[in-house]
Amino acid sequence: MKDEKKFQIFAHVILIILSLLAILPMILMLMSSFTDNDILIAEGYKFIPSKFSTYAYEYIFNTGNSVIHAYGVSVVLTAVGTTLSLAITTMLAYAISIKDLPGKKWITFAIVFSMLFNGGLVPTYMVYTNIFNLKNTFFALLFPGLMMNAFNIMLMKSYFVSSIPSEIIDAAYIDGASQTMTFFKIVVPLSKPIMATVALFAGIGYWNDWMNGYIYITKRTELYSVQNLLNRMMQNIQFLSQSSSNVQNANAGLSAIPLASVRMAMATVGILPIIIMYPFVQKHFVKGITLGGVKG
Amino acid sequence: MALPGLVYLFINNYMPLPGLVLAFKKYNARKGIFGSDFVGFKNFKYLFATRDAFVITRNTICYNLAFIIVNTILAVFVAILIAEMTSKWKKVYQCLILLPYMVSMVIVSYLVYGFLSNDNGFINNTVLPLFGADPVQWYMEKKYWPFFLTFVNAWKVIGYNSIIYISTILGIDRGIYESAAIDGASKWMQIKKITIPLLKPTVIMMTLLAVGRIFYSDFGLFYQVPQNQGSLFAVTNTIDTYVYRGLLELGDMSMSAAAGLYQSIVGFILILAANYSVRRIDPDSALF
Repeated sequence: MKDEKKFQIFAHVILIILSLLAILPMILMLMSSFTDNDILIAEGYKFIPSKFSTYAYEYIFNTGNSVIHAYGVSVVLTAVGTTLSLAITTMLAYAISIKDLPGKKWITFAIVFSMLFNGGLVPTYMVYTNIFNLKNTFFALLFPGLMMNAFNIMLMKSYFVSSIPSEIIDAAYIDGASQTMTFFKIVVPLSKPIMATVALFAGIGYWNDWMNGYIYITKRTELYSVQNLLNRMMQNIQFLSQSSSNVQNANAGLSAIPLASVRMAMATVGILPIIIMYPFVQKHFVKGITLGGVKG
Repeated sequence: MALPGLVYLFINNYMPLPGLVLAFKKYNARKGIFGSDFVGFKNFKYLFATRDAFVITRNTICYNLAFIIVNTILAVFVAILIAEMTSKWKKVYQCLILLPYMVSMVIVSYLVYGFLSNDNGFINNTVLPLFGADPVQWYMEKKYWPFFLTFVNAWKVIGYNSIIYISTILGIDRGIYESAAIDGASKWMQIKKITIPLLKPTVIMMTLLAVGRIFYSDFGLFYQVPQNQGSLFAVTNTIDTYVYRGLLELGDMSMSAAAGLYQSIVGFILILAANYSVRRIDPDSALF
């Protein structure tokens, strides 16, 4: 038993270290965002600010309307995307969980095959830009890649097969319920846990996505999500500090902006919704991964 | 009812497939994909004649191998500590260690920048002066990046990867441990002789599936975190970043398409092989 105690202490020590490692970068970001910009330039990013300041946030919310706008884009995108994603995933997963669905084998094959082989970036880009003309539209953020994936479909399908007794569904049919009615009145209410999980996967996917905006939004910067704005900001400052011949111009434009602190304040603002939601959703997330098993 | 999903699947996953033919053509925007001139394997010949093909293949595979080894060891280690912990704190630890997984790569690039920035970074301003060392231009020095990228990747995914192992350990019959304890087995012995052997099938399965994806890389990790710095390309360019740059930065469609097809085909063969091996070991864990 002494042994057991030793293990427990050891486990606590290691896990405290690892937990700290996991969150320290975020703490550095948070603390830096509340540090006076001149101090940051003199002393660099630090865990304990020598001079506290909320100026970076005032700057963002007073002058940088683009931040609030990008926030709006991200919120709408995540809400619409998650809803659509959940709807089409649930319906398709339910369809292929029906025992005697005609063509079920082919549909399932088409879904699984999409996990194994895909056209990759170039042909996909061509389809969305040349055929659907999604470039520089909101749909470019919403549509490519994120809306549905084979993993979520299979995850849901196996939940339907294993956790919803076929007797209940058969009984509904015998009572004269239609396919649609059975789905909405029986399957959906019984599947809340898995639907929460899939919605969560989709929601995180949409909130965190930067790639669609990066590839497809080239002109209309008002369509930038928070991630795209952050991305662009990192690059622009990078660009300005690199082109040394332009130092004069760059300094003139940039001197008014508390860059070092604003940068970290923006990142903090970008991560905030995840941190706020996280304690509530973490359980569903873990459950979903466990259900998915090694297939994740 | 399946219709909306099937339509999406068709558009997103199947409509692009004919476009793969671009890999065998000299792309001409005016003529379009199908009107462009057919050049056979010329794009591939050019691709493999450059050093790029070797570098991106080497980087993709070597990073993935490093990730598989480092992440598996750490995830199993973390899983054992969490699963065997009796205190309620384990929930908190698991929650915190999983948190980085939720953070987007763009934000990760900011977090890394907080430490590595040449002028403002924590390391150059606080850590190195402690040792009396001179500041390092981290974003110019490629020798450090294999380590950084492996570390950042581990930081991000360990919590996620350990979840599967934790659930496997929690599924082990506690009776085995109790009888081992009665027979005088120490905690370390129990972990070594019971937990680890019973985890082995899951580890093998996860590893095989990861090997199946060895030709794919996390685009965000290799593009965002090193901030697309040209001086680091030798150690940060993977197939995915190469395809992206070819398409959107260099405008070299055909070469980009060739590299993409190369990835799709080799990746497909590897996944099939991995799945075949998994199915031979444990049919239930196979993807298909």
